[in-house]
This record gives sequence, C-alpha cells and structure tokens, in this order.
Amino acid sequence: MSNTAVMSASPAAARPARRPVRWHIAVFLAPAVLVYSAIMVLPLGATLRLAFFKSVDLQTRYAALANFHTLFGDERWSYHFWNALLNNAYFFLIHMVLMVPLAILLAALLSLPHLRGSALYRTAIFMPTMLSFVIVAFVWRLILSPIWGITPDLLDALGLGSLFAPYLGKEEYALTALGLISVWKELGVPMILMYSAMLAIPHEVIEAAEVDGIVGVRQFLKIKLPLLWPTVGVVTILTFVSNFNSFDLIYTAQGVSAGPNYSTDILGTLLYRTFFGAQFQSGDPHMGSVIATMMFLIILAVVCVYLYFIQRRLVRYQF
Amino acid sequence: MKKNLAFAVIATLLAGIGAARAAPVVLTIESWRNDDLSIWRDKIIPAFEKAHPNIKVRFAPTAPAEYNAVINSKLDAGTAGDLIACRPFDVPLRHFEKKQILSVNDIKGMDNFTATAKTAWSTDDGKTTFCVPVAAVIHGFMYNKDAFAKLGITPPTTVDQFFAVLDKIKKDGKYVPLDIGTKDAWEASQLAYQNIAPAYYKGEAGRKALIAGSAKLTDAQFVEPMRTIARWKPYLVDGYQAQTYPDSQNIFTLGRAAIYPAGSWEIAGFAKQARFKIGAFPPPVVKAGDKCYINDHPDIGLGVNARTKNLAQAKLFLEFVASPQFATLYTNAVPGFFSLQKTVVNVQDPLAREYAGWRANCDSTPRLTHQIVSRGTPNLEDDLWIKAAGVMNGTITPPAAMGQLQKGLDSWYKPAK
Repeated sequence: MSNTAVMSASPAAARPARRPVRWHIAVFLAPAVLVYSAIMVLPLGATLRLAFFKSVDLQTRYAALANFHTLFGDERWSYHFWNALLNNAYFFLIHMVLMVPLAILLAALLSLPHLRGSALYRTAIFMPTMLSFVIVAFVWRLILSPIWGITPDLLDALGLGSLFAPYLGKEEYALTALGLISVWKELGVPMILMYSAMLAIPHEVIEAAEVDGIVGVRQFLKIKLPLLWPTVGVVTILTFVSNFNSFDLIYTAQGVSAGPNYSTDILGTLLYRTFFGAQFQSGDPHMGSVIATMMFLIILAVVCVYLYFIQRRLVRYQF
Repeated sequence: MKKNLAFAVIATLLAGIGAARAAPVVLTIESWRNDDLSIWRDKIIPAFEKAHPNIKVRFAPTAPAEYNAVINSKLDAGTAGDLIACRPFDVPLRHFEKKQILSVNDIKGMDNFTATAKTAWSTDDGKTTFCVPVAAVIHGFMYNKDAFAKLGITPPTTVDQFFAVLDKIKKDGKYVPLDIGTKDAWEASQLAYQNIAPAYYKGEAGRKALIAGSAKLTDAQFVEPMRTIARWKPYLVDGYQAQTYPDSQNIFTLGRAAIYPAGSWEIAGFAKQARFKIGAFPPPVVKAGDKCYINDHPDIGLGVNARTKNLAQAKLFLEFVASPQFATLYTNAVPGFFSLQKTVVNVQDPLAREYAGWRANCDSTPRLTHQIVSRGTPNLEDDLWIKAAGVMNGTITPPAAMGQLQKGLDSWYKPAK
C-alpha cells in the first residue's frame, strides 16, 4: 500500500502540474449560446431546411431545388420576387439618400456649442423612434387621408394644394411616401450615433484646426466628416439589414397585399403573404421558406461584401 | 411553521382541484364579425347559456381582412378556438381536407337546411357537410333617403338610370354621389364587380359556365361589368384611392354620401350610427325589362375545430345553431344576415326586410369566384381584388384586367371536360 503510494507520488512529482480545465468559460457562455441557438439559429436552420421540401397531396416530399426553380422560373413568382426586391432596394435608397445626410446635418447642428434648447430638439427628433410602427402607420395614414387628414389643408395654406394626391393609394407615390414615413421614424438612432461620434472628437483637434484657420463649414467637411465615416458605415449596414427585413410599416399601412397593386410589396411582406397566406390564399410554408432563404442569402452577401471591401478600409483614428 | 405551510399548500391544492371540477366549460368562437361582438355577447350567447348553464361561450373575433390568414395559422398550429366561423366554399373545404375541422353530418337539425344552403359547406360530392350554415348576405346599394328626397330622385332600376342619378347628385354638389374606396381592394371585388356583374352574366348560368370552362373571363358578359365600374370614377370621393372600408362606412353614416354599394351585413351597424333613413335598391339591370339578379351569398357557417378539448359541448352549440330558435334569434339580432334554414323567419328590421324581399323577384347567385376557382395559386378571388381595384383606379383597362385574370386561372385550373 505504501509502496504504491510512494510509486505513484514520484511520477506525479516528476510531471509538470496539469492545468485545470477552464469550465467557467463554457458556463458563462452557455446561457447566451443556448438562448441564441434556440431562438435564432435553430429556427433559421429549420426554415432553410423547409425550402428543400414540397407538399404534395398533404404529404411533405423532398424536392431538392424544385422550389427555387419555381421562384425564378415561374412567371408570376418571378415577377413578385423581383418586384419585391426592386421595391426593397428603392426603399433602402430613400433611407440612404435622406436619412444619413439628415442625421449628419442634424447632429452637426445639435453639436453647435451655444445652441439653446438642444436637449429639447434632441428629444423631439428622437421621439418617433420610440413609437411603435403600428402607431406610426396608423397616424400617418390618417394625416395623409384625403378625407379626414390635415395634409390637404396644410398644403393649401402653403399654396401647394395642387401637389396633393392620395399618396398611399397611388402606385407611383405609395412606396416613396412610406419610405419618407420610415425615414421620419428611424432618424433618431443614426442621429444619436453621429452626435455621439462628433462629441467624441477631442477638443484639441478642433482647436488645432482653428489655429490653422479652418472654421465653419470647411472645418466640418475636412475635420469632422472624415472622423464620422466609421459611424456612417455602421449606420449604413444596420439600415440595410433593417430595411431588407422590414415588414411592419408596409403591412400596417397597406395591408397584407402591399397595395396598390403590389407597388409597396417588399421582401418582408412577400414572405409573410406566401408563408402565412392572405385573404383566400392558403399559406405555403415551403415557398415561403424559399423566399426567406433568398432574403437571408441576399443580406448575407451584401454584408460580407461590405465588411470585406469597405469596413476594412475605413480609417479609424485613435486619440 | 413547516407543518402550517404544508397544510396551507394542501388546502390550496384541494381548493384548486375542487374549483377545477366545478368550473364551467368555456367554448371559444373564432370569427371575422368583429362588428357583431356586442350582439353575440348580449343576445345570442345568453340564450344558449340559459339552456346550458355549465357551458360558457366566448365570441372572439379577428379583423375581417386578417381572419383568413390568422385562422389558417391557428389551425395549422393547433391554437384555434373550439368553434370556427367558416367562410363559404373552398377555404373551409381545405381545412376539412387537412382534417382540421370535423364533419357535422351527425348534428341534430342538419335537415333543417336545404341542399342549396349546404352546398357552400359540403364536399364536392355533396355527401359530407363540414360547417353548419348560419347566414347568407345579399348585396345591393344603400342610399340616403333624405338626400334622395331633397334632390327629387327615385331609386334607379337600369344602368342608364343609375348613371343619370349619379350625374344629378354630382351636379348638385352637396353629396358624394357614390361612396366606395379602393385602398382595401376587397370592396372593388365584392361590392362593386360581383355586386353588379350577375346582371350581365345572368347569375347561375354564367357562374356555372365559368366553372365548367365553357365561358372565359375574357367573354363580353364578364368584361362589361368591369367597364361599368370603370365609369364610376368621376362619381367617387376625391382621393378615393386612399379610402379604406371604415372610411367609406363613416362617410355614409355621417350623411356625406348619397349612394353606398352595400352588403346587407351593414344594416345592424348603420342603424345605430346613421341619423337619417336608409333605403336600398338592387343592382340595376342592363336593359329595362331584363330579369334582375342579386348576389345572394352564403356567408357564414360554423364548424368545430378537430383539436377541440370540448367536443361534446361544441356539438351542443352547433345543435343550437341548427335550431329554428337560433334562426329567428340571429336573423333579427343581426339584421342583414339571413338565416339559411328552411323555417321562414319573420324579419323585423325594415331595411333587412327590403333586402330579403328582392329574393322574390330576382334570381339569387353566390359570388362568382368563391366556388372551386379559388382553390389554386393564384386564387381568383384575391386576384380579382387587385384587378378590380386597378380598374377603378384607372391603372389597368377592363379587357387587360380580365385577360390577366383568365391567364392566372388557366395556369392551374383545368375544368373537367
């Protein structure tokens, strides 16, 4: 007995002490990983899987790429898909052209040193972001309504009465109107991000610029704006992902068929209509999953392109 | 301390079990008739609960535009209520084929209904019925009697007279001649096109021909009504493209419009809200002396969820629905919904009685697109919504619209030759 103890003691003393397994890393990560997998990863996997099956006579059969073939080959499906994609791209374009410059402009104005009531302006501009999409859609539908709304009267008062049209009911204007409403609602977050980025510019840099004689707009364009590009990049990619996933505003304002005549149909509403059905159309989970897969791939592709080509090249200044 | 706690827990458990056993069964009814909520709660359900004290019934409606999608999801997920309000024809047929609703052949009182009444809720061979028919609705035009009296107009009977009346109202300028919007799209299909079209395609003759494949939507009898509703444009509210269904209802009940294309389901709500007398006239005929046709559509049935936990109680409620007592109660509590039972019900509401009176002179036909031709993708009814709204907006011509509809139908519908 004591022999074995002595025998075992010496080899153990000769080997270096083994590092204990660091269980605490797994334990601390576990809740987040489990929750994220259960809520995001597993449903995503299940959806991607559904896209490869087909329902034939109430039975689910493996269909390989047949559903994708239908989406791109069949005239009607193809039309709706490309229509939704183009509408979505236009929707995103409105956000980029209007929201980002406006956010930068408002942030620049708000960060002026002696602006009175800046806290009030900040709150007022940020308020729409806190509203639910349902309320925003409902209120704007009412404001723009040709029957009950204040828009015709306001435009008349400004002498622009001839510009009024039932925007949400006309194919040419509906998507633009909804894009503008969405920009109005979403402006808050980019503005706050830009504002914080501007506040983070150290005073020494501004002072040095002023010593060199660069003030006002030139200072903004040459000093502040280049320091903002990383934030603009973040805002762009977040807006892209949010727009291509968006659904609420169009659904509450225009209904599930994204009228008039599918002119406001975006990928989100197309997915909802296909997957869950609408009015008298039965839901088709398989074609719906195909659309969801395409949305996933499109967003993934663009984000990867952005990260590889743009994000890496953005110059970040460290102070 | 621990003993007291133990006693407390056991006592609560026993009380709970006792309460559970004595708790009444609660049946939930899914429906799209959110406008009828108070009627069900105050008149219909108490009548049933008086006869069955152990059963409580809850009427839980969803917004009409969302109902189909919502009930499809709920039935697929197994979270639907015990009793399901059935749309007519193909939608519940699909649910029955997926075994989500049960057959009601064994409900006592099913022979109170005619075979025609049951067609909307039976399988194609007619052998199995899966929803108890509740009510039909009739489509027509309601008008503001005060406005007509003030302008010296009588209800029109022919299409030419109809447009003459509209012209007169428009010239006067005080009232909106015709109150219908296109934003929600379904009114363009059901209150506009399918309201007046039976007069052109001669009711059941045209509808059955379309289903049989011997008539096409591009035929003149189907294109003409589209041309007629395209002529409605100048008589609508300025900005009607953004006018929703509640907007249309409100414009009429506020007294701002003269004529409102209306289904009889509006009667109950309008009686409460309008401060003026409402009259009604059937869809105008093409030529004077033609036979008139009305869109008399079996609208609501009630089926039972296959996954209900309260099957016996649900069947008791369905027996109540199939009883003559329910027929009288429903037709008079919800005026505008006409019972489909064989028992003749004395309709008390004068406007409802006027609508029902058209059945005597005019041939009835259900809506054109609901039987068989909306089973596939794209289904004809949804397509018709978009195209009819487009015609009324002026963004598509009637022949082009009907051509696209027929093309969509042909892509999946092969009528049995």
